Parts: sequence; C-alpha cells; structure tokens
Amino acid sequence: MLAFAGRRLIAFVLTLMAAALVIFLMLEVLPGDPAAVTLGLNAAPEALAALRAEMGLDRPAVVRFLAWVGGLVTGDLGLSYTYRVPVSQLIAERMAVTLPLALMAMTLAAAIGVPLGMLAAANHNRPADAAVMVFAQAGLAIPNFWFGLLLVLVFAIGLGWLPAGGFPGWQAGAGAALRSLALPALALALPQAAILARVTRSAMLDTLQEDFVRTARAKGLGEAATVLRHALRNALIPVVTILGLQFSVLIAGAIIIENVFALPGLGRLVFQSIAQHDLIVVKDLVMLFAALAILVNFLVDLLYGVIDPRLREAA
Amino acid sequence: MTTRREFLAGAGLEALAAQLPVIALAQPKDSVTIAMTLEPPTLDPTSGAAQAIREVTLQNIFEGLVRMDRTGKIVPCLAESWEVAADNLTYRFKLRTNATFHDGTPFTSELVKFSFERAVAPDSTNAQRQLFAPIAAIETPDPVTVVITLKQPTANFLYGLAWGDAVIVAPASAANNKTSPVGTGPFRFVRWNRGDRLELARNDAYWGAKPALAKATFRFISDPAAQVASLRAGDVDAQTNLAAPEAVAQLKADPKLKVAFGKTEGEVILATNNAKPPFNDLRVRQAIAHVLDRKTIALGVYGFDVDLIGSHFSPLHPAYVDLTNTYPPDLAKAKALLAQAGHPNGFTCTLRLPPPAYARRAGEIIAALLAQVGINARIEPLEFPQWLERVFRGKDFDLSVIAHTEPLDIGNYARDDYYFQYRNPEFKALIAKIDVTLPEAERNALYGEAQRILARDAVNGFLFVLPKITVTAAGLEGMWTDWPLPITPLAEVVWR
Repeated sequence: MLAFAGRRLIAFVLTLMAAALVIFLMLEVLPGDPAAVTLGLNAAPEALAALRAEMGLDRPAVVRFLAWVGGLVTGDLGLSYTYRVPVSQLIAERMAVTLPLALMAMTLAAAIGVPLGMLAAANHNRPADAAVMVFAQAGLAIPNFWFGLLLVLVFAIGLGWLPAGGFPGWQAGAGAALRSLALPALALALPQAAILARVTRSAMLDTLQEDFVRTARAKGLGEAATVLRHALRNALIPVVTILGLQFSVLIAGAIIIENVFALPGLGRLVFQSIAQHDLIVVKDLVMLFAALAILVNFLVDLLYGVIDPRLREAA
Repeated sequence: MTTRREFLAGAGLEALAAQLPVIALAQPKDSVTIAMTLEPPTLDPTSGAAQAIREVTLQNIFEGLVRMDRTGKIVPCLAESWEVAADNLTYRFKLRTNATFHDGTPFTSELVKFSFERAVAPDSTNAQRQLFAPIAAIETPDPVTVVITLKQPTANFLYGLAWGDAVIVAPASAANNKTSPVGTGPFRFVRWNRGDRLELARNDAYWGAKPALAKATFRFISDPAAQVASLRAGDVDAQTNLAAPEAVAQLKADPKLKVAFGKTEGEVILATNNAKPPFNDLRVRQAIAHVLDRKTIALGVYGFDVDLIGSHFSPLHPAYVDLTNTYPPDLAKAKALLAQAGHPNGFTCTLRLPPPAYARRAGEIIAALLAQVGINARIEPLEFPQWLERVFRGKDFDLSVIAHTEPLDIGNYARDDYYFQYRNPEFKALIAKIDVTLPEAERNALYGEAQRILARDAVNGFLFVLPKITVTAAGLEGMWTDWPLPITPLAEVVWR
C-alpha cells in the first residue's frame, strides 16, 4: 500500500509540473496586455509602462515562469492583476462559497440518486423502475442553468422563500449563507442525481444476479437486508467512482450556475479572470483544478480499497 | 425550513406574528441595495480606467474640488468657490474648511497639491494623466486656498477635475485606497466581499448635507437573467443599468418596480480604419453611411427606441447638433458611390467585435445591411483583451463596433495615432481652438462645427448612444437616470 501510494505521489508531482509548463506557455502566447486592460482606451504610455513594471510584466518570460513556480512551491501565488490582492486570499474567499456548495450538491445528489437507483433495481421492469428512469432522463436532459432559473422563478420570485442569488457571506450567519446556497445546490445536484440513479440501478441489477445474493435469499434473508447489506456494498464501486468524478466537476464546473445565481465562487472567478485578462489568477486556478482532479482520483483509489478488501491486497 | 413567522404562528401566536410587519414599518427604511453589472477591480479611481471603480466610489467615498451634478453641470464640491483670472491661466480655489477624511485627516490645500502631483509622478498609473498635463504650478498660500497656474488656457480643465481620476486623497491612506479607500465623501467604506457585494455606511462627520441613507450595499450581478430575478424577488432595490433590455416589458409590468430610460455619454460607432483601403476613400465611407439604417440597428439591439447620433457627440451635452440626416438610408446612392470608388460589386472585409451584447448584436445587423450592397463583412468575435491588442493598439482591423464612453471625447479625432486613423488638419486646428475658447456659447458653436466635419467625412458609422436603463423599487427616489458621468451618487437617494 505504501509503495503504491509513493508511486502515485511521484506521478502526482510530475503531472503537476507538466501542467504548470503547459499552462504558462498557453497563456504566454495569448495576445493581450493585462496592463492595457486595466488602464483602458485613453491611457498614457508612461502610465502603461509604470503599471507593467508594477505587475512585473517587464521581466523576461523565463524569469516570470521560474518566479511563478517558485511561488507555487512556497505557497506564494502572486498578486492578482485586477484586484491587486494576493491570489491565495481570493481563492480562500471563493472556496468558502464553492466548497460548501459542492458538498451540499454532492450530498443532495447522493441522497436522491442512490436510493432512487436502488428502488429502480429492486423493482426491475415495474412502474417504480420506469418512473425513476423517466426522472433520470429528464434530469440529464434539462440544462442545469435552466432548472436554476425555474427554481428562482418558483422559490424566489413566486413564493419569496429564498433569495434569487448572491451570497451574504458567512459573517451574516450560517442560516443566511446556507439559504442562499440552497437553490444553486439543488440546481447543481439534479443532473448528478440523475447520473447516480442510473449508475446505481445498473450496478445493483448486475449485483442482484450474483450467486451470493441468491445464496442470501436462499438462506431466508429478507429482501431489504439482502439489498442493503449484501448487494449495495458490492454495487458501490462504480457509484463511488462517479461521485469522485462529480466532485471535481462540481468544484471547477459550477461556472454557469454561479453566474445564474450571482455567487462569488471559484467558477465565477475563473470566468471573470479570463474576461479581464487576469492571467496570474487564471494560471493559479487552472493549477489548482489540475491538482484537485489528481488528488480526488487518488482518494477514490484509496476508497476502493476500503470498500473492496480484495483491491487492498492486490495493491 | 421553518421561518420565525411560521414557527410563531404554529405556536399559536398569530397575533404577535401579525404585528411583525407593523413594527418593521414604524421606522422609515434607511438602507438600500443597488445592483450593478460589473464589479470594480479595485476601489482607487486614480489608478485604473474601469468605469465600475468610479460608479461605486465617485461622490460617495471620494470627492474632487468640483463635481458634476445629475444634469452634467460642474458645481462646487471640496472647493467652495473659485475665480479664473482674466488671462484664463490662473485658477484660485477657496476650499471647504470643515471637510475631513474618514480617518480624521483634515482636508487642506496641501492635499490638493499632493493629489495632483501624485497623479503625474513617474510611477503613477493614473489612466487620465493628460487631465493634469496643462498644469504649470500649484501653490498653497494658506490651508484653504489653492492657486493653479496653467501652461495655456484649457477650456475643459474644470470639467476634468470632476472626474474620478482627479479626486483628492491623503498621503497616509493613498497607498491603500485600492482595497480600503479613505476619502472625504458622504459615505465611508465598510466591507467588500469580492465577487458579490460592497458595503458603505453614512459618514456622520460629512461637511455637507447629511444623506438620508445610513447604509448602502452595492451588489455585482453580471448575468442578465440573474439581474431580472434579483429585482423581481426584491433582493435588490435598484439596478443602475439593466443588461437585459429584452426584460424591460416584464419589469415595467411589475407594480413593485419602475423603469427609467436615460441617456449616457457612450457613443456607439462602427469604427472604420480610415488609413486602410478601401476605407481611406471618402466615397466608400459615405456609401456605408447610406447603408447604416440606425433605427433598425438600434431597435434590433434593444427592442425599443434609443437616441440616434449622426456624429461623435451625445445628445446629453448642450452643444449637440442633430446630424442623423447627413447620409439618410439610401441603397441606390450607396451602390452608386461604391461604383464610383471602383467597387461596383462591393468587397470583402472583416468586422471584429468585442464581447458586449450591444456590439455583437449591432454587428450582426450591420453585416446583414452591408450585404445588401455587396459588402461582405466577415464577423470575428474577440475577447476584450484581444480587441484592445489587435484593434485598438495594433490598428489591425477594417470595421469594428464599440462604445466610446468617456464624456466629451470628440478630441480623440484630432489624434493621428488613434486607432481609426483619421487625419484632418482642419479638424485638428478646430479642436486646438476649442481647447483655448472659454466662453461657453462660443465653445459650443465650435463643438457644433466639429460634429459637422466628422459627419461630413463619415469618419466612422455613427449609430446611437448607449441607453441607461435604471430599474428601481417603486418607493426609491433620487437615483441618477442620466449618465453625464457613469456614476451612482447615493447622497440624494431616499425612500418615500
């Protein structure tokens, strides 16, 4: 297990270094001067030169690359070109929105999708199964931003129960903060729940055909105990894989939902910094997402071992 | 989730629950939440061009010697009064004696000198340094007097002092103004949750009239659908300029809201590369002007009528001349002009469009209109940084659509190196004359002449001015509905 983890760690670092180089080079060839974006149409050349020097853009590319990577290693992510504050501070502020949002969405998706999938599998080819499959189809087909708008229309404009968007910040109290995350979390959770329902259903159907399930039934175990204790655990591998993939998607991919709900999360920060040519933030965020994706994959591998002891020994 | 009212009602306390709204009404509301489309990158208007910085801070947190009122007039601010000497070179400002910064620093003439010298220092990143270029000397005979001597008479000197780039800052706080601004204005900075909201509170030590609002929150909502939703849900009390013109009818129908249509200084033009064939031929530009049916374009972009322009000048300014009929829509004439210029079958060119919706929508309509006379304009959408780099700085373009939002920016046409590369000695001489002509009537007449020259030469396709669509809660009064300067002063905003 340790040797396995060690090999993964080396691969992890090498992948990150390759990612850093690719990201830097790609942004380097992109046309556009961040200083010109900041100072606008009427800027005097002296002001531009002063700002370029202040941003460190007057140094050669190699020096800037080494400074950036050196900073990443020591935890100094640099100063945002637009906001003029440390990028690490920006990311921390946005994480305080995106992380709870992703966790809420994932919990919701699992709480809806997994039981539905089990229900469908246990009632294979009966009306309950058909109903779940219709839900799953609809959940996948409906774009989540459109579903988000629908939720706003009903719960914010129509009923006035929840805010239509924005985030008051955790200093306004956990209640207020969670209220403003409820609708976006639901909108994000729907397609994920649909996927989970389908995956759980097919994994359960496979497992329910297995000999050990028949044995469990033969020894007189009730249907609920058979499904929950014997089948579910064995059907969880694909479900956990999907959950892991979904988590990276939820962290990095909430761009549209965060825009629809005007949430100050990481997705919106990516969007803004690309539009405003805040290249240093773009670079740091893409690195962060790459690191997160690799980390989550690593954790999922470890989870396999927990769920299925056979994999632990093989590793 | 159970709200407090439901809980109380459930506990058999309906009577108390019914009292709650009454208690809330007993005090007049003194806070407001105002949504705007773009978030300011920093909060220092003296080091960056972003309009959003000014919209939040100017006349709220920061003030200049003079300020612009909602009609575009220059009125006293930190300078109580001023005298201009007969030679039009010496300005003597008498300053307020009771103004202080939010950190307690007293406002004095020394700080005026400090602020203006800081703006032109070698390491200054002031986006409008040229405002201060005419200054020869700044003297401070006593703490409440500033004497500024100019190198040559400069008609728009005072006008420029009302801009965000010319606000007065203090040495102790200037370096931190980007993140925690300290000014002399009627509101002080409280908190900024980047990406979401910024909170201001009334400055109780303010030198002028006490604002009605105790607290104001700016929310930053860029998505058009989210803007509409937040207004209709009552999350925000106002939107300074709605980015969803298609939702205007829906919002007007809501009795809780009111919608006002106003003018801005943002001229939208079909920018044309005057140095590049075939656009260096006046006949080609005239032909394009005859094709551009402004009314159709504006209606297609907004779905309602906006103010059309025939030159590079906003109807907000008293010197405005209506020149929209210089080259009326006329396809036959356009074709004839193209034929004379040697392009009887038209030609192919590029139309490079920046991201704003008005530019993308207008661009598609313009391409369709140009196709009628055989001009095949290929649309190339660009991100803003790329647009700045290629079109604006690189002058690598044929046609583009962009709004010029700075007030009174007709003088740009006198700059040879400006991106549309219009070079006309007659026009340059006229602008130079305007710069030294101080009597207003005379100057406005010259501005009229300048507008006529640009219209006649069809330098660019002059389309319309950006509308300002102000949406407010029915009870909210005092918001600016025109934008002679794109700012949102809160001092006069009040609930009725």
